[in-house]
Amino acid sequence: MIRVVLPYHLRNLARVDSEVQLDVATPITLGAALDALETRFPVLRGTIRDHGTLKRRPFLRFFACKEDLSHQPPDTLLPEPVITGLEPLLIIGAMAGG
Amino acid sequence: MSKVRVLVGTKKGAFVLTSDGKRKEWDVTGPHFAGWEIYHLKGSPVDPNRIYASQTSGWFGQIIQRSDDGGKTWQPPGSTPEELRSPDGSPKAESNKFVYEGDAGTHKWYDGSQHPWEFKRVWHLEPSLTDPDTVYAGVEDAAIFKTTDGGKTWKELPALRQAKGHLWQPGAGGMAVHTIILDPKNANRIFIAISAAGAFRTEDGGKSWRPINRGLKSQYELPDPDAEVGHCVHRIAMHPSRPDVLFMQKHWDVLRSDNAGDQWREVSGNLPTDFGFPIDVHAHEPETIYVVPIKSDSEHYPPDGKLRVYRSRSGGNEWQALTKGLPQKDCYVNVLRDAMAMDSLEPCGVYFGTTGGQVYCSANGGDSWNAIVRDLPGVLSVEVQTLADGAKRRPTKAAAAPKRRQSKRK
Repeated sequence: MIRVVLPYHLRNLARVDSEVQLDVATPITLGAALDALETRFPVLRGTIRDHGTLKRRPFLRFFACKEDLSHQPPDTLLPEPVITGLEPLLIIGAMAGG
Repeated sequence: MSKVRVLVGTKKGAFVLTSDGKRKEWDVTGPHFAGWEIYHLKGSPVDPNRIYASQTSGWFGQIIQRSDDGGKTWQPPGSTPEELRSPDGSPKAESNKFVYEGDAGTHKWYDGSQHPWEFKRVWHLEPSLTDPDTVYAGVEDAAIFKTTDGGKTWKELPALRQAKGHLWQPGAGGMAVHTIILDPKNANRIFIAISAAGAFRTEDGGKSWRPINRGLKSQYELPDPDAEVGHCVHRIAMHPSRPDVLFMQKHWDVLRSDNAGDQWREVSGNLPTDFGFPIDVHAHEPETIYVVPIKSDSEHYPPDGKLRVYRSRSGGNEWQALTKGLPQKDCYVNVLRDAMAMDSLEPCGVYFGTTGGQVYCSANGGDSWNAIVRDLPGVLSVEVQTLADGAKRRPTKAAAAPKRRQSKRK
């Protein structure tokens, strides 16, 4: 079971109050975690990754264990503390003014 | 007694403003979808409680929302628990899946090179005049999509981009289908407008399209001022009783066509400036039209700091400034292309929203104005629904089709 923290607006869209817990098939990669998230909350499809290409939306970031995983390929294994549930995978709206 | 429901899309959420037929006291609800850009909301002319909204974000992309109770509650179409999965167990929820048909191809980019078509957002939603589940969506990069299942899935009408799409080029605000007008007398005829490509018409329900830009002059924007495509059309409007008569606010110039866009002629007349964004037609007087002149293409505010709506009762050329109740000094707001609408009460109500967050209403055809609200986020769109008594009940198609329940004409 991994933990995922969504940004405020996606929590509203998914109608969840806090972090979500997901069962992810092994190997627990970044892409597998996002697949599991979208399967559990289909309304999030297209909001984190583009519908067609599954590319990360430009103004979203993936952080875990003080590392930026945003530019890692989807088959990147998540850090061990995320896999064990000790640390969450953070999905973050990038800083932007205005 | 009739009432009106004004649907306001802003840069940070949607607002619903309601009043009785007097249009003096208003109830304001919102923000709905707080923090998101709401490019457009529009109700079904068949079922006024069915409202569609385009919710967008630079971070999270496109969401389509739908209300079936007049804007009280909302749901992305196809996302109820029983709809979330297809029979094989895979997730559905494709209400925000706008994918171009086939090879998306390329259009002209700012530097003149060719650039791949990329979906960015839905600018405009135009519900069918006869079916509450059918809606057309005008999107950026410019294309038109259609749903026939209440917004659960969308399919492009790709022939539009075959109308010399490789020559279309974005303006400063992007390249989007921002106007969709359905002909109430001919279900196969649709008019659309694109910045910066021009106006187009289909006579076969979207299977083929052709440019309708003859008579447009863009000598300051295009190397060929009479080009077949490439014009920056800001808005077109039609009165439903006369589908062959169209009015246009172009980047510069106000124009009209009396033959469904085959030929346009300028009717800017005595306007202080003929730059602007919205144009609309009085609900009961097909030759009475409204524009909001803006100083210039680089100074998007009213001339002299005076917010003036201009009305022509002769279908153009002769314009009268309408100022009573509008700020006549130190006003430097803009009025965007989708931010003007009419109700169909008697007398006709005229509404517009500003980038400064004001929504103004005139309950007398523009003779005088009052601000319904003054401090919303910047207004992106305004639509008005004129609701008869008992509108909470869903009317039958046969009963509702002849009525103009949704009074804004595109």
